[in-house]
Amino acid sequence: MHFIPNTDDDRKEMLRSIGVSSFEELLKDIPETIRLRDGISIPKGISEYEVLRELQEFASRNVAAGETVSFMGAGAYDHFIPAAVGAIISRSEFSTAYTPYQAEVSQGTLQAIYEYQTMICNLTGMDVANASMYDAGSALAEASLLAAGHTARKQIVVSGKIHPSYLDVIRTYCEGQDIEVVQTPATAGVANLERLRAALSDRTAAVIVQNPNFYGCIENSAEIGKLAHAVEALFIVAVDPISLGLLRPPSECGADVVVGEGQVFGNPQSFGGPYLGIFAVKEPLLRRIPGRISGVTVDAEGKRGFVLTVQTREQHIRREKATSNICTNQGLNMLAATVYLSLLGKQGLQEVARLCVQKSHYLSTAIAATPRYRIAFPQPFFKEFAIETSVPAQEVVSKLSSKGILSGVALDSLGDKKNLLLVAVTEKRTKAEMDAFVSALRGVV
Amino acid sequence: MDFPTNLKYTKDHEWVCMEGDTGMVGITEYAQGELGDVVFVVLPTIGKTVKKGESFGTVEAVKAVSDLYAPVSGEVVAVNTDLESKPELVNKEPYGGGWMIKLKLSDSGELANLLDEKSYRELIGK
Repeated sequence: MHFIPNTDDDRKEMLRSIGVSSFEELLKDIPETIRLRDGISIPKGISEYEVLRELQEFASRNVAAGETVSFMGAGAYDHFIPAAVGAIISRSEFSTAYTPYQAEVSQGTLQAIYEYQTMICNLTGMDVANASMYDAGSALAEASLLAAGHTARKQIVVSGKIHPSYLDVIRTYCEGQDIEVVQTPATAGVANLERLRAALSDRTAAVIVQNPNFYGCIENSAEIGKLAHAVEALFIVAVDPISLGLLRPPSECGADVVVGEGQVFGNPQSFGGPYLGIFAVKEPLLRRIPGRISGVTVDAEGKRGFVLTVQTREQHIRREKATSNICTNQGLNMLAATVYLSLLGKQGLQEVARLCVQKSHYLSTAIAATPRYRIAFPQPFFKEFAIETSVPAQEVVSKLSSKGILSGVALDSLGDKKNLLLVAVTEKRTKAEMDAFVSALRGVV
Repeated sequence: MDFPTNLKYTKDHEWVCMEGDTGMVGITEYAQGELGDVVFVVLPTIGKTVKKGESFGTVEAVKAVSDLYAPVSGEVVAVNTDLESKPELVNKEPYGGGWMIKLKLSDSGELANLLDEKSYRELIGK
């Protein structure tokens, strides 16, 4: 292989093969408003230190969650990450490890995956977990494809309000296989069971619910599960993994597939990723699940060892008949989650969940007592709730951010009403921070 | 290696055993040996119709998955549910307990195009 850069002629040739006349044509899907136009303006020929100063100036225009008081959620949350997580995942044996196809040199990775899978099964009550997917959205999409394949039906019914981005990803995956995606509405913030019942039939492959849902409200999973099974559809539940420290496991509500966003276990919000797609099923679905599975076995000398197992589901064996074309996992994010859960243990996770509930309810009560803000949905919730603002939510967000408070997510940025603000409270938020937040809210109007 | 003389064979190593207008289908001893330990078999639902040469299911060994091809056209009237819990029957009793499906033939003329025991032995060189 040559380590020689491409020449201008090479580039022209490649562009011609692709069928475009310039490199910029390939970028046309990136919206004009955010496209970098004139390159990064760093003068040529300056010293390393001067470059560093320029870049530090650019970086200072962003704000990291740790430098503010954050009430932002909507799928990714500001939970505490113990220092041990970073110390372990940054070990080069883990951070540079390749995919574990050669078991003999990958025991560390494979054992970590096995431990992770075990913990996920313990938390969700399911029988089998895989080594992880990219994120909750793609995990939900793959769960939809699994259901369609398993039931030989072509319709997915999404019940109530799930994350709009998850819905987009589901639609993208399903479109390729002509699977219809139907959404039934939420009423007063939770899935409308009558409308759900009316939408189900023997064409339905699966019913999906997110619990807590996108608005933070707790859904009646058990009832929805019953409705799904009544038409012999699979029941897919997307969870907030932290909530499993307190809420009934989805397996007890009849879930056939459980997915979730594992970012909350020891991973930073990272401006949108990388995240961690949790994926777990009941045993009868074992051979339909996508992704890697690590299994425990014995070697030729009878000693315990770990291997990738049930690989016949995967595309390197089943090719175009594979259940999915994913042939990776979010290894380092998964390891972070495993370290986090090991550190916290059962008790620790219960405490984190309890603090989230107590603090979020303290804040919602205080906000409800203010004259110009209302709790949008009067439902039980876990750590997140939507408030109705009397001025546009975006205005509240920008006014408070200048005070170092990230007040939440203005839901019109995700296609909802412009006076809805989604507020999340994790175990990190203190009483003082929450009191200051309420004062600041009062100060906006 | 055993290839019962009362069976008809295909180039893809399936066998058919006729009983009236119903044909029992499985894979040969040679096929199971080449595959290795069978760990899972995917069979069609009863009532499904298949055409000669079409895949009616898959047989999964530790490192490979192979399609199972219908030797003749017909309707699936029975499937061997024992294979769900005991896929190893395909290895141990390829002509007996390891049978896979029973087809009600739609065109018995197709049987003439299958191989007899001698031709099948010639094909695989055994």
